[in-house]
Amino acid sequence: MDEYRYDYQTVKGFIYSSIFWGVVGILIGLWISVQMWHPNANLPPYFTFGRLRVVHTNGLAFGLGVGAIFGIFYYITMKLCRRPLLFPKLARFQLYLFNAAIALGALSLLAGYTQSLEYAELEWPLDIGVVILWVMFAINIFGTILKRKEEQMYISLWYVIATVIAVAILYIINNLSIPAGLLKSYHLFAGVNSANVQWWYGHNAVGFVFTTPILAMFYYFLPKSTGLPIYSHRLSIIAFWSLVFAYLWTGAHHLVYTPLPDWIQTLGIVFTMFLIAPSWGSVVNGYYTVGQDWEKAKNSYLTKFFILGITFYGLQTVQGPTQSLRIVSQLIHYTDWVPGHVHMGTMGWVTMTVAASIYYIIPKIYNTEIYSVKIANTHFWLVLIGQLIFSITMWITGIQQGALQKAVNPDGTLKYTMVEIIAKNYPFWEMRTLGGVIFTIGMLFFIYNIYMTARKARA
Amino acid sequence: MAGLHDKLHKNPILFAILATAVVLVGTVVTMLYPMLRPEMHPKLENLKPYTALQLAGRDIYQREGCFYCHTQTVRPLKTEVLRYGEYSKAGEFAYDHPFLWGSKRTGPDLARIGGKYPDAWHYRHMENPGAFFKESNMPSYAFLKDRKLNPKEVERHMKALGFPYTREEIEALQDKTEMDAIVAYLQVIGTAVKKKEEILEAKIVEERNPLAQDKAAIERGKELYKKYCLICHGEEGEGGIGISLKDNIWLGKEGDISDGKLYSIIVDGTPGGMPPFGTQIDKNGIWSLVSYIRALKK
Repeated sequence: MDEYRYDYQTVKGFIYSSIFWGVVGILIGLWISVQMWHPNANLPPYFTFGRLRVVHTNGLAFGLGVGAIFGIFYYITMKLCRRPLLFPKLARFQLYLFNAAIALGALSLLAGYTQSLEYAELEWPLDIGVVILWVMFAINIFGTILKRKEEQMYISLWYVIATVIAVAILYIINNLSIPAGLLKSYHLFAGVNSANVQWWYGHNAVGFVFTTPILAMFYYFLPKSTGLPIYSHRLSIIAFWSLVFAYLWTGAHHLVYTPLPDWIQTLGIVFTMFLIAPSWGSVVNGYYTVGQDWEKAKNSYLTKFFILGITFYGLQTVQGPTQSLRIVSQLIHYTDWVPGHVHMGTMGWVTMTVAASIYYIIPKIYNTEIYSVKIANTHFWLVLIGQLIFSITMWITGIQQGALQKAVNPDGTLKYTMVEIIAKNYPFWEMRTLGGVIFTIGMLFFIYNIYMTARKARA
Repeated sequence: MAGLHDKLHKNPILFAILATAVVLVGTVVTMLYPMLRPEMHPKLENLKPYTALQLAGRDIYQREGCFYCHTQTVRPLKTEVLRYGEYSKAGEFAYDHPFLWGSKRTGPDLARIGGKYPDAWHYRHMENPGAFFKESNMPSYAFLKDRKLNPKEVERHMKALGFPYTREEIEALQDKTEMDAIVAYLQVIGTAVKKKEEILEAKIVEERNPLAQDKAAIERGKELYKKYCLICHGEEGEGGIGISLKDNIWLGKEGDISDGKLYSIIVDGTPGGMPPFGTQIDKNGIWSLVSYIRALKK
């Protein structure tokens, strides 16, 4: 097979695009973290927190996340089907369209065109673009799987298929809207119903962009980089089906104590608790996989990325369900605890696993070794430290916010005004920026390492 | 089970169909089915669609991403009701496409902001939040003052949502700024629900100020005044957004009012004028404020 037929160019294209949008998203993240403690860092009208935050979340979820998913899924699918993509030219065109969509998306969000639905902010013309992109992706993935040369579909392909299907359903339904102009629309659903549809979507965007695709990578690259087979096939079957079944029930945990009917909230909470089981199914499977022969597993510098990644996934999937309980939600919901939680998942689990997958793929494609294991190790420790500083400071300040908002004097009057509570956050917000800077430096080490690997191979 | 899965692993079409079905179960039960139930479409009796100006304001609220830092739902928790007012009802949001409840409270919740402050407060606050609250981290939105509304665009939005409007209403938008619109929107949020008075110990009003002319009380009153009142009533009580506390005109009439009445106003506020402070300042604190205000006049 020549290189074109295996279409590594497109895989590389998606991976490099994803890294590019990742840098943009992370730098904007740093900027808005500064705006939290230094309001003069807002430059109205285009660069206020309210407009930049959405570029940060969309840039990373769709630019870094979906970009990496496109590239790495194509790589995994070709390998597991033992054949090139069915439509290599379509994939190449998809790469260009993807970058155009992300660029236009970022600009339109900065200009204030937004549907105001978290993770579904892009206005309707861009939504159509996203759907076209996804259909192109689905055609190539399903086509390649149907024409595969390997009889069995490995675990990662199950997660690939579930991701392609679920994201399509979620994205199309939540983006149904009433157009009111070329770049303006209103959610088709109103009020409580609008909230329920949005968080059914919102939580499952987390589920099928930040969970199932990353698990697909984890199940493929952990055995590849350690040389050890997945510990239990049966456990991965149970974990897969119960995960994709339960996820769709849980959105209402974002709406605890809101006017949404109680029964939907309770159902959401119950299924969220249940999700601990399939999530930990994968965690346990990961641990036991390397546990089969630790001496062998520790030879690969990537093992620690995957194992720490899955550890954060494990922590994330216990912390999340805990947060959904009413007694916990009433304290920490709406506080900075939540960004602390989210960033453990995105910085700890997603970025760690995606980076490790890229470390695996790029040298393979160039038929070489990674430029420097030492730099990879430095990258690992910096992103780990940065993420821990970020999450832990936000958990502390989140609990503080919740507690101060609830504090009352002996006669029942409130103890603190809102602005007094805000004032107490400043040291934590500053610390968070420090965590972000350390994480960013770690990511720069990663990029340098990838760049040098490619350069070394070309030389 | 093992046999079935063996088959599934070899048959992607079957696998995809089953995965779709599995994903749809929770979707149908928690998202599609509720949509068919009336409990998802309630409407309070006195809830009205947004006017053209209010909708224009809501569009700006969306555009600027206000809901990333301000929630719009008061949870039925005691301290939350104390801080913001009556908890949010499902029937308040029937015209909200989309809902704007938000997910993070960097600043205060806004579900009961309508009518809490006078318009002038909002104009000045939006322009420079830092001048009101030194520790505020809200950006300045002064640029909204310089931007005119586009009546045609607003009309198109009203049409898309099917909200009733008149020609005059659209024409009147001609000389309105984006700032006028966002203030109009803020002032209508949450007003379909009547204010419920919180019953606190502090509300039991004595006829006379037990702390009248008490030196220590006047000192404490001064501190509280700086924290809560100065923004609107001025450095020395000379007035500003709020009325002058020195000129002996109270509630629009010349002539003094009783300590007890002054106390009640601080506790409950006045409709569309002054926000209530009864849930934030304890009983002695309010009497101390009364003492301080009386001392101001001399």
